Amino acid sequence: MSGFDLARFMQRGTWGHGGRLGISLHAFGDDWVEMALPYSTDLIGDEASGVLASGPIIAMMDITTSLAVWQRVDAFVPHATLDLRIDYLRRATPGRTVIGRAECLRVTRSISFTRGLAHDGDPADPIANVSATFMLPTGAYPGSRGEGQGEGAR
Amino acid sequence: MKLPPYAAVLKVEIERAEDGHPILVMPFHDDVVGRPGFLQGGAISGLLEVAAIAALDHALSGEGGGRIKPINATVDFQRGGRDKTTRAEGLVTRLGNRVANVEAVAWQDDRAKPIATARMNYLIVRD
Repeated sequence: MSGFDLARFMQRGTWGHGGRLGISLHAFGDDWVEMALPYSTDLIGDEASGVLASGPIIAMMDITTSLAVWQRVDAFVPHATLDLRIDYLRRATPGRTVIGRAECLRVTRSISFTRGLAHDGDPADPIANVSATFMLPTGAYPGSRGEGQGEGAR
Repeated sequence: MKLPPYAAVLKVEIERAEDGHPILVMPFHDDVVGRPGFLQGGAISGLLEVAAIAALDHALSGEGGGRIKPINATVDFQRGGRDKTTRAEGLVTRLGNRVANVEAVAWQDDRAKPIATARMNYLIVRD
C-alpha cells in the first residue's frame, strides 16, 4: 500500500511556477521520477539561438528531485531545498521537450540527498547534471535511519 | 541590456544602482509560487541567474562585449521566499579572458538577510 501516490499527487493539476512552465509528470518508478518541460518560446534565455533559459530547467529539476525524495520515503513531507548544483553539459536543442529524471540517494533524519539528469530525447546525451539536497525544518523523514547526529555521510 | 523572454515570465525588471550596476526586481505573483505563499525555488534560481548574467553583461560591456554561455551554477537557499518583492544582484568576482566567476544574492526586506545565494561559472566568447 503506497503512502505517497505520485500520479494522484500530480493530478491536483499544475499551479504556480511549475504550472506556468508547463511542467508535468512523465514517468516514474519506485525510486525514480521523470518530469517533462515542453519547449516554449517565452522560456528562451538567449534570443539569438532560441535556447531555453537555465531557470526553467533548474525549476524542473528542483521539483523532480523533491518528488524523488517523497517517492523514496513513500510519503509527502514538506521540506525545503537546501542547495542545488547544476552542470550545463550542453545546450538544450530548441523545439525539444526537456525530460528531467531524478533519484534519491539517501535519506537521513532531516536531510535527503538526490541526483538527476536532464536530456532532450536521448538519455545517453544529457544536457544537465544535477545534485540537490533537501532539509526538513522539523521532525524526521519517515523510515530514516539517521540518529539525529552526523547528518551527512557516515 | 535587453532581458530574455524568460525574464518576462518572472516579471523581472532592472533597477540601476547609482554606479549603473544592475539590480533585478521581481514582484510576487501567481506564476512564481511554489507551495502556497512562498516563491518556488526554481523561480528564485531563475532570478539569480538573470542577475548574474546582467552583472556579467554590464562588466563585459566595458570591455567590448561578448557572448555568455553558462557552465554551472550552485544555489544555496537560506530562507523561504515570502509573498513580497524580491531583489537580486550579481557580483563578478573574476572576469577572465575565457571564464567568469559570478556570485549572486537574492533578498527581500533586508539585503543582509538573503533568501538565496548562488555561484555561477560562465564561458565567455569575446566579440
